[in-house]
Amino acid sequence: MASEGATLGEQEPARGRGGWEARRRRVPYWLMLPAAIFLLILLVIPLFILVYTSLQSGGVFSGDFAFTWNFSNYTDQLGQYQEQMLRSVVYAGLTTLLALLLAYPMTYWIAFYGGRWKTSILLLILLPFFVSFVIRTVQWRFLLGDQGLIFGPLKDLGLLPDSFRVLATPLAVIAGMTYNYLPFTALPLYVALERIDERLVEAAKDLYSSRYEAFRHVVWPLSLPGVFAAFLLTFVPATGDYVNASVLGGTNTTMIGNIIQEKFLQELNYPEAAALSVILMIVMLILASIYAKVLGTEDSALAAGATGA
Amino acid sequence: MSTVATEAASLPSRSQAPLHQRKKRWTRFILPTYTWLMILYLTLPVFVMILYSFNAIPVQPVRQTAKFWGFTLEWWRDPLGVAGLSEALKNSLSIAPLSAAIATVIGTLLGLALGRYRFKGLAVVSFIIFIAIAVPEIVLGSSLLSLYVEWPSLPVIGALAPAIGWATILLSHISFSIAFVAITVRARVQGLDRSLEDAAQDLFANPIVAFFKVTLPIIAPAILAGFLLAFVLSLDDFVITNFTSGSTFTFPTFVFGASRIGIPPQVNVWGTILFTAGIIAAVASVLSGHRRDKA
Repeated sequence: MASEGATLGEQEPARGRGGWEARRRRVPYWLMLPAAIFLLILLVIPLFILVYTSLQSGGVFSGDFAFTWNFSNYTDQLGQYQEQMLRSVVYAGLTTLLALLLAYPMTYWIAFYGGRWKTSILLLILLPFFVSFVIRTVQWRFLLGDQGLIFGPLKDLGLLPDSFRVLATPLAVIAGMTYNYLPFTALPLYVALERIDERLVEAAKDLYSSRYEAFRHVVWPLSLPGVFAAFLLTFVPATGDYVNASVLGGTNTTMIGNIIQEKFLQELNYPEAAALSVILMIVMLILASIYAKVLGTEDSALAAGATGA
Repeated sequence: MSTVATEAASLPSRSQAPLHQRKKRWTRFILPTYTWLMILYLTLPVFVMILYSFNAIPVQPVRQTAKFWGFTLEWWRDPLGVAGLSEALKNSLSIAPLSAAIATVIGTLLGLALGRYRFKGLAVVSFIIFIAIAVPEIVLGSSLLSLYVEWPSLPVIGALAPAIGWATILLSHISFSIAFVAITVRARVQGLDRSLEDAAQDLFANPIVAFFKVTLPIIAPAILAGFLLAFVLSLDDFVITNFTSGSTFTFPTFVFGASRIGIPPQVNVWGTILFTAGIIAAVASVLSGHRRDKA
């Protein structure tokens, strides 16, 4: 980044001078000291304790666990919950794909044709998210219910068979997740599309490309960082999601998040739950680092920056 | 679209032009219509929530039903008439501003450090922020729960262990908000024209005065945005709260718990109140933004 280069350049004459510059060099450390202490205690150490817990063994009923390098937690859990893990990845993948397909045309239009209403339309998209997502998910249960607000009238009119159902099926869970994660997909897409210089598209058209070709060769490649950011910001939380599966799903839509939640909060089986958590974390971190390698860490902050803007 | 059609369309021949125009006029409406339909889709459950806060449910116990029985203001007159709801709201509305304020102070300092200095350890700090954002919430929640469970048994600091409940929710919310505030502030600091501050330093010759008189006003919108983001994240957080709250409830965890047996209409009342407050805040910020642009 240009600004980093400038800061580097400024530090050049630092070596020549004495105490003042040395003090100046300490400034960033003082600035981040509170955050460092806080994040060390409440982010880094907890993750180590999670790993530590995952290697414990002991009686679930007696409640006393001891650290024994119990790696069998991992192999046991991987073997036992393969189905739920696979399901989580498949549901999250479908959710991400659907959300991308739904959000792209919309953000494209806002970014290129929104004009002076851009911010207002974007705000309209974010408006529903002032309502707690738990409440909105519960409302979808009423919308998608067997005799609910959408299918009830259709069944009364005879347009749908009585046996038709969406609630408690994988479709309901995927639809709920798509709905809930759509803004996480839309925001980075919007930021990437909004950045594109419209003159590039015009230049392509001047050079006799059709609108489709201009999109294919100019807009789409330039929006790719946004697509990847959207993928990461949708896929990662969707894989660990358990709210949609518990509110909208049934017994055959259990995701890995549901298992972790149940083991941690109901069964109080901390070692097994921690092992599953660590597995989820490692898979997600590998995915995220591949992404960061490909696109650079700056873009991974893209969406977070957009949310704040 | 074939290339032949493309060439025909872009030929500067007059006879082709109206045809091209007409085709364009028709397709022009697809994307805006689609966008408005999407906005409708996104807002649909909110409409249901608002409508069903007026649902005159005649059966006991009063839980939301798919059937709309008629209008009533009963739930609006007695918005706290459900056991546990006022406690949950009190927790949510005390934790959200407090955690957002603390995270904003800590995160702003971190954002300043990240945005304008290059120092040893920058990569480590960036990686930690990356983890805070890239790790699923359920992992953060379960790791925090592991900490709170293990904390009392630790040597020396064991006595300082917070009781699982309000305090652990607050600590957890601060923890996940810091990274978001830092990133928001960093983005603004990086775009900052440093010569302004240098000029101020030349005039005032005191970096602290220069910071408060020049830098702070410039990055203030990012700090405010960071605060609002942290506030909303805390208010709406379910997963991390669910793991770190023990038997204490916040509004989202209360709603989730209630949803097992059906949510009382008062939940919709409070959802509507918070939604309206959010709209007012958003409109106010857009209006003040317009005024700032004009000034």
